[in-house]
Amino acid sequence: MHERGHIRRALIIWAVGSVIAVLLIIFALGPHMPPGSATEEAKSQRFTNVLLAAVMAPLALAMIVAFLYAIITFRNRDGSLGDGPADFGDSRLQLGWLILTSSVVLLLAGLGTYALYEEPANAAGVGAGGGQGPAPIQRTSLNRLVVQVIGQQWQFTYRFPQYGGVETFRLELPVNRPVEFHVTSLDVVHAFWAYQLGVKADAVPGADNIAFATPRHLGSFDIRCAELCGVWHGEMSDKGLIVAPSAFTSWITSQRRANAPATGNLPPYARSYFPDPPGRAG
Amino acid sequence: MDILGSGIVRGIVGAVVGYVIFYLIGRRIGNTIPYVADLDQNDPAIFIGYLGAIAGWLAGLGFLAYPLRRMAGAPADIGSDRHGGGSMRYLGLCTDHKVIGLQYLGAVGVLFFIAGLNAMLIRIELLRPASPIYSPGQYLTIVTLHGTMMIMIMSAVVVGPFGHYLMPLMIGSGRMAFPRLEALSFWLVPIAGAILMSSVDFGGMAIGWTGYPTLANQANAGIDGYIVAFALIAFAMILNGLNILATVIHMRAPGMSWSRLPMFVWGIVATGALMALAPMVFVAALVMEALDRTASTNFYVASGGGSPFLYENLFWFFGHPEVYILALPGFGIVLELLPVFSRKPLWGYRLGVAGILGVAILSFAVWQHHLFVSGINSNLRPFYMLTTELISVPTGLIFLVGLGTIWGGKLRFEVPMLFSLAFFFNFLIGGISGVFLSDVPSDVTLHGSYFVMAHFHYTIMGGLVFAFFAGIYYWLPKMTGLQLNQRLAKWHFWTMFIFFNTTFLPLFAAGMLNMPRRVNTYDPDLRGLNIWVSISAFLLGISMLIFLFNLVWSLAFVRRPAEQNPWRSRGLEWQLPTPVPADPFLEPPVIEDAPYGYGDPRSVPVIDPVPESP
Amino acid sequence: MQNATGSASRRGPVLAVAAAVTFTVAMIAWYLISYVFGLPPTVDAHANGRGTAITLQTVAATGHAPHPDWVSYYAMNPSGKWVHGTILKVPAHSTVTVTVINFDGMSGLRNPFLSQPRGTIGSVSVNGKPLRVMNPDEASHTFTIPRLGVSVPILGVGDNAPNQCDVPAPCPMSTAHTTTTFTIKTGKPGWYRWQCFVPCGAGWIFGNGGPMQTVGYMDGYLQVA
Repeated sequence: MHERGHIRRALIIWAVGSVIAVLLIIFALGPHMPPGSATEEAKSQRFTNVLLAAVMAPLALAMIVAFLYAIITFRNRDGSLGDGPADFGDSRLQLGWLILTSSVVLLLAGLGTYALYEEPANAAGVGAGGGQGPAPIQRTSLNRLVVQVIGQQWQFTYRFPQYGGVETFRLELPVNRPVEFHVTSLDVVHAFWAYQLGVKADAVPGADNIAFATPRHLGSFDIRCAELCGVWHGEMSDKGLIVAPSAFTSWITSQRRANAPATGNLPPYARSYFPDPPGRAG
Repeated sequence: MDILGSGIVRGIVGAVVGYVIFYLIGRRIGNTIPYVADLDQNDPAIFIGYLGAIAGWLAGLGFLAYPLRRMAGAPADIGSDRHGGGSMRYLGLCTDHKVIGLQYLGAVGVLFFIAGLNAMLIRIELLRPASPIYSPGQYLTIVTLHGTMMIMIMSAVVVGPFGHYLMPLMIGSGRMAFPRLEALSFWLVPIAGAILMSSVDFGGMAIGWTGYPTLANQANAGIDGYIVAFALIAFAMILNGLNILATVIHMRAPGMSWSRLPMFVWGIVATGALMALAPMVFVAALVMEALDRTASTNFYVASGGGSPFLYENLFWFFGHPEVYILALPGFGIVLELLPVFSRKPLWGYRLGVAGILGVAILSFAVWQHHLFVSGINSNLRPFYMLTTELISVPTGLIFLVGLGTIWGGKLRFEVPMLFSLAFFFNFLIGGISGVFLSDVPSDVTLHGSYFVMAHFHYTIMGGLVFAFFAGIYYWLPKMTGLQLNQRLAKWHFWTMFIFFNTTFLPLFAAGMLNMPRRVNTYDPDLRGLNIWVSISAFLLGISMLIFLFNLVWSLAFVRRPAEQNPWRSRGLEWQLPTPVPADPFLEPPVIEDAPYGYGDPRSVPVIDPVPESP
Repeated sequence: MQNATGSASRRGPVLAVAAAVTFTVAMIAWYLISYVFGLPPTVDAHANGRGTAITLQTVAATGHAPHPDWVSYYAMNPSGKWVHGTILKVPAHSTVTVTVINFDGMSGLRNPFLSQPRGTIGSVSVNGKPLRVMNPDEASHTFTIPRLGVSVPILGVGDNAPNQCDVPAPCPMSTAHTTTTFTIKTGKPGWYRWQCFVPCGAGWIFGNGGPMQTVGYMDGYLQVA
């Protein structure tokens, strides 16, 4: 077949495959893409995941179709020892490819940056749920719930400075109220990963790593440590709950009552803790 | 028996003696530190003992002989260790690049087998979601051993055997610029492997291959072995990188202009540049970690005035170029092989070179994408997102060159070609998944999960290891003078390709469905997925045994001599007799043409005259 | 593969090297495999008057190889013998009485939150008196099963108490100790890790190395079957 004929056929296969793949990704896979829609942040991540999949699928298919087409079409059928055409390259095609890939990359980087800095009406979604360090991009909202996540070997505990500095074993969050996580550690590096919330932030000793999430649906969420932190790293998991605001109020009240003796022993709330001298005391 | 007098045996004796003497000295020093008395481990003594072991190993191998002779007034001499007696020179210090290439192959093969065995042990534990099969400390130790050993040897898996054996032949020099440095960079690999293994006996190292503090500060004495072994490998990489750069810049044969340099050599040069520049940062980071452990310097201890972020930055400043130290030789191999089996010139030689160099340069500007959620200045994240995604542009060039080369050719699906084509498929998956990880909103979910683990196995195992096997089936006949069984080779390829994908493709899903890395328990919902993955991992292991069997069967028992140029390649190395004589270029060859002029009536043989085959 | 280029006439040394390499690799493989398999011994719960009971003791130093200086838990098996093992086998959906006899000194909690007992049925008794909250500095260890929400601080032996235990573990009851008793409810069958949250690994930075990271010392499993 003629050279142009090959290219046209491969293009048709690619176009059909790409349309099918993109439709499948957006409509079949999209609603199930992680990490779900429990929070604004999770929604924004899911949107990015779907978008990236939909953009990358045609590119990947282009390569796969072209390679497979070449492998099938241009195999040496007759076993002859002859050589193929001496084609050393086509600079227009190369330039075109360079421009195409560069623009896709710049587009994706631009979209990713926009997702980090966008300021939607509900003031949620900025920073996409990741740990942003002590000086976050996102401005804090007035009605936010501050939760300090304290990593220690090997359990996360949670401290609520707005509720008398009470510390709890479990985490419950009210729906529709922005949550400001302050993640820190008492010993080694952990990572607080609340999967359905779309939150992941390293817990670093001596550091205050701030992440945001605005829960939108009631339900439970998985908490796992995502940075190797020692022998029980694999067991450092827990379940949290998103509850109605009234249920949260009664939960935090009961926690304050039940944990009052321990709260009395706690140091004052701080952005990070140095509970030990730097030495190697027991 | 002469084996007992060989360098390797003297080296082992030297290492043991050196360890014992220095350990005893170190123990006296360590016992003066108060907290050492509370531990039943003496880190200063272990570090000093390891240094003694390294010194004894190198002395036993004979690395001191030449410097001492020179100091005593002997004349300079580059060839005195080159042509020792027969096969025994493979067992000791030898400065012949061909011997070193095969020594590398042996050492890398042994360590690859051990690290692969660890992977099998990991998959046994993950057969069960919640109840342990191993103690969690032991499990994390084999995870660390697998990761560290694989990273250590993968940085030498292509540069070692092929870079040292073939690169000097491909540029027509017949030797490296610094042969003794070359031998040193090899002989550090076995002792590093042994020291890393010894950590199992010092309480293990449940820290992962990244060795983040402050977990590394509080870990058992096993991490001392991790620090010393990794620093040794990094040091060997620096020596290797400098040697490669000096060789390619200064020792090309007349007529071997930069525009005629084979793609494989370009891959090795770019790797050499990264190896010369990146690992020194890592050596410094490891020295600080060693001082933290022995002298309580608190570089990485927040409550002592240091910061774990310091290590994270230094580690990944090395760690990301390291990733491309693992990828670039693979690019070089596949682009070298495609023209031979497509019977077409390389389509877009300059573009391929630009791709390789572009990846190498960009690799220094992306390291903080490993730290997107760590809490380092969050306004830097868009920059690292951009640079990381930019890497897909030069990588895309390499794909275009590969595609253009096979398009319209006369493809012959010999085993090396199969592995090269599989490389493109696997690396495509690896690259696409990398885009998800480079994008901050996606990375928040995927960071530190099995998605990452699947991603880098696709690039390193699916990329580099497939390219390595392409190179093995392509060049081993030239290196050993013996043929490999092609039927077994095809079995090896198809089982490896299928089971590699069935093993690692589902792990993307596991990562997306909340399975973090390095865990021994996981969500019971993922049980079926993990059992599937484990079983296909075991089959992947069996596929490696097919290769091992082929190697032993073909090289030790069948021993069918290889042809001089079975693939009808235009490459310079294939114009030499098989097996390659000790001094292939009695006088400097003159390079007449580039190696990729297949089907071009104007092209002439690369060297003139082509030597007679024996 | 190193040997492959040797000429056919020199097979002797080649085969010797191949055998040596194979032997070394096989030894390493065997060593690794025997290293990973091997949990510390499982200790069955014993019966007391009203049901199942676990009796543990904590010692400041085992006094035995391989880690004579390490702090450790010991468990009593049904025949009343102290066993150096922390995998405790208990029945599912049952109440278990736990008694911890502590011979170790006061180390102090890192997170004072854990100074309050929680997750037990009824109150925790320390030396016969009910415990509401402990001075965090007086804690020696904790017995914590995070998945069951159980965490109980264990009072340390004062530095000036007479007759401190200084013999190899297990310590005799005649030496200074504290006794903590409480009741927990086990849940579904499975393996539940338990650990100590007091950084008591003396000498390690943050006190959290060595025994704190080794199952069989300050960590273990509650094997609910």
